[in-house]
Amino acid sequence: MHLDPLLLSRLQFVWVIALHILLPAFTVGLASYIAFAEGMSFFTGKQIYARISQFWIRIFSVAFGMGVVSGIVMPFQFGTNWSRFSDATANVISPLLAYEGLTAFFLEATFLGVLLFGRKLVPRWVHFVAALAVALGTLSSSFWILAANSWMQTPAGYEIVDGRFFPTDWWQVIFNPSFPYRLAHTVVAFYITTGFVVLGIGAWLVRSGRFIAEGRTIMSATLWVLLVLVPVQIGLGDLHGLNTLEYQPTKLAALEGRYDTASPAPLTLFGIPDDKDAVMRSEISIPWLGSLLLTHSWTGQIKGLKEWPADQRPPVGPPFYAFRIMVGVGMLMLALIIAGNIMRRGSAFVTSRSFLLACQWAGPLGFIAVLAGWVTTEVGRQPWTVFGLMRTANSVSPSLTGLDVLLSLIGYIVVYAIIFPGGFFVMRRIIRLGPQAQALDAPVQSGRPTLPITSLPPGHNQGITS
Amino acid sequence: MMPALLLDFVPIWTVILAVGIFLYVLLDGFDLGVGILYRFAPDTASRNLLMNSIAPVWDGNETWLILGGVGLLVAFPLAFAIIIPAVYFPVLIMLLSLVFRGVAFEFRFRDAAHRTFWDHGFFFGSVLATFAQGVVLGAFIQGFQVQGREFTGSSFDCFTLFSCLTGVALVFGYGLLGAGWLIMKTSGPLQQRVRGQGGWCLLGVVICIAAVSVWTPILDPDIAHRWLDWPNIVWFAPVPLMTILVALFIGRTLRSPSEGAPFLGAVALFLLSYLGIAISLWPMIVPHYYTLWQAASSPKTQAFLLVGTVFLLPTILLYTAWSYWVFRGKVRADMGYH
Ligand code: HDD
Ligand code: HEM
Ligand code: HEM
Repeated sequence: MHLDPLLLSRLQFVWVIALHILLPAFTVGLASYIAFAEGMSFFTGKQIYARISQFWIRIFSVAFGMGVVSGIVMPFQFGTNWSRFSDATANVISPLLAYEGLTAFFLEATFLGVLLFGRKLVPRWVHFVAALAVALGTLSSSFWILAANSWMQTPAGYEIVDGRFFPTDWWQVIFNPSFPYRLAHTVVAFYITTGFVVLGIGAWLVRSGRFIAEGRTIMSATLWVLLVLVPVQIGLGDLHGLNTLEYQPTKLAALEGRYDTASPAPLTLFGIPDDKDAVMRSEISIPWLGSLLLTHSWTGQIKGLKEWPADQRPPVGPPFYAFRIMVGVGMLMLALIIAGNIMRRGSAFVTSRSFLLACQWAGPLGFIAVLAGWVTTEVGRQPWTVFGLMRTANSVSPSLTGLDVLLSLIGYIVVYAIIFPGGFFVMRRIIRLGPQAQALDAPVQSGRPTLPITSLPPGHNQGITS
Repeated sequence: MMPALLLDFVPIWTVILAVGIFLYVLLDGFDLGVGILYRFAPDTASRNLLMNSIAPVWDGNETWLILGGVGLLVAFPLAFAIIIPAVYFPVLIMLLSLVFRGVAFEFRFRDAAHRTFWDHGFFFGSVLATFAQGVVLGAFIQGFQVQGREFTGSSFDCFTLFSCLTGVALVFGYGLLGAGWLIMKTSGPLQQRVRGQGGWCLLGVVICIAAVSVWTPILDPDIAHRWLDWPNIVWFAPVPLMTILVALFIGRTLRSPSEGAPFLGAVALFLLSYLGIAISLWPMIVPHYYTLWQAASSPKTQAFLLVGTVFLLPTILLYTAWSYWVFRGKVRADMGYH
């Protein structure tokens, strides 16, 4: 059997980034939420906000820790598996990664320590500032990493000398054509993702009957926020698509499922793409609507993939399906949020069992949309790593054999398959305990002493054998 | 951009990167070291204490690793593109170990049912990550097989007897740093115990340093000339002499009541070893093939990052120092893990 280091490296990259992105998708929003709750607690002095904040900080600490360890893996991927890509693009995008470290990672990591362990060691306002610093760090991180990614999608501000990229204009490198759209769409996606998790957990707290007041406060605030964000996100998605039409027409054709150029173009709702014969099978479509959405005219032309040679086309299947999943999830979210806000009358949103259950089920929706969105973006960019300029096939490290990458891929799969479910169960346990069970100065809980030496519960004196 | 192009940024970035990597080695060194000694703690109570002594700071410490990796990529991208694939497996082992070790901080306390499992993860993760870093160091000193702008050897070349020796050396070295840290953070019988462990680590690291110092010049005639030719031998002789003195100093302070001195001594020992490696390899960043200047990124790239770094790095050092100050003193029993 022939093992292809390129294919395996791609699989490995997808595996590590897809699991990493799940954590930022949650922590970026949650950091801001905690800063908000800390701020409310600081300015109003109400106990309920302190309890809510402490509850989420516990969950956050687990998610953040996993985000950090899975994140450290990422920049090394560029060196181990994509060394040719690193050599070619480092002059342009590596300062963006470095600025991410300097402006974000240190800020997050240092102030997280204070946020988690410093409640009793620093004045209350400093604790609040620490929460703000962590939130700011996660946003700054998104800014720089998405600038780097967007430059790979729509490169600008560079020149090519001896087959390598060199910067000519840093402003253009950072604010490249797709960056504003990608930044806005992704950050809002992260806030929405957190929003739905928070809403779902809030619904569970209400339903459990033990924490109705906390659950209600959490749900009500979140429903307002989502009522704004979800429609905004749909609008941003539309703008993003128009930008893609202009700068990455092959990607747009793939996610529309369009092989043949058409004017007017219909909107394909569903179909089974066949890349070999370049046709869409079993297609269901609405006439004119494609042109109307993308060109804002009834007869606008949309180019099909056949306009480009076969070796410059992305595979259609993944972006086509993923895009439909993302948009479908967006519509589902919109429906749920509108319903919830209507149900504010008579407090139906906390008394209707079916609505609470629906919220619980909708908890993971954001993650699905985020992954689907990234698959659309990244697979739609293929066969390039730097769009139109550098091929994925020319990016991989030349020294790697198929066996090398197979071994490392197995390593990542095994370790992540232990760590991620582990983290999931740990977070679930924290949620089960609820906000009150762990009030600010609570004594011992779950075998974990608040006072590391003095309050060990009996029977916990066996650790590893020594 | 004109003045930028006239300036040579390479020495500046060499210093920044060198300092960044050294800070990584010191900071993550002591918390990996605590992980290495973790296995030898007598009971759960001491293990809790060990872990809490580094829980608020390990994340910031590990961030220097990212700065080291990304700093190499920014300042010397050619070196990054050649060296990192060449040490494919040690880097993989390091990353996977750091994953295990990093989550153990949270999981161990929250998941009492699998406490032992995460305890093992913390210990073995720390040891393996350290060993892997040592292998990278050894492979780096030995050099790589290069053609043009690419590493052309096999991914297994980096595992040699020599690189395994440097791997073991680093395990003892980090163990010593960890012991130094714990002497400052603990008291009573636990501290006494740690002093003893520090002694064993010191013995191990001294033997390893001696072996590496003899082996390296034999391995590479250039390095032999660098150290032994007249008049270099006069200039460089203080490095090994100082190393011997510092080792004796650490040995003494481990047995004295002094609490800060062993850590400072360990830092000095690392500084001297670091200096020794720098003397051996200067000015190469890809040994035998590329100098710092040949592997450097474009002046525009270096200038662009320098503008921000000049402000950001001191700020980072300031608030990092502040956070250490917040968590100063012995690990307080009432500090409470959030
Ligand atoms: C839009 C946001 C976003 C995206 C696309 C990525 N990350 Fe990430 N990353 C974050 C947002 C983030 C974060 C919010 O800053 C994290 C998540 C949780 C955390 O601890 O920090 C983080 C953690 C994190 C860390 C550890 C930071 C620390 O020690 O505090 C590293 C080294 C990276 N990431 C690197 C990457 C690389 C190289 C990526 C792409 C290939 C990447 N991340 C995708
Ligand atoms: C700065 C951020 C990012 C960089 C620099 C980056 C870089 C790359 C590179 C070099 C590839 C090519 C290798 C390959 O084809 O597999 C790739 C592919 C891919 N990336 Fe990204 N990526 C980034 C962010 C993300 C994020 C956040 C996701 C989220 C899930 C993601 C998902 C993917 C996927 C799914 C592929 C596979 C495409 C395919 O193989 O067909 N990427 N990316
Ligand atoms: C319902 C209407 C939506 C539309 C029309 C839409 C449109 C788009 C388009 C066209 C892209 C690909 C951009 C490109 O790379 O060229 C994209 C990517 C993405 N979408 Fe959406 N989207 C919608 C909803 C959502 C929702 C609800 C979420 C998550 C909560 C989401 C998350 C993402 C993410 C994370 C990406 C990848 C990053 C990026 O390229 O911006 N989208 N979206």
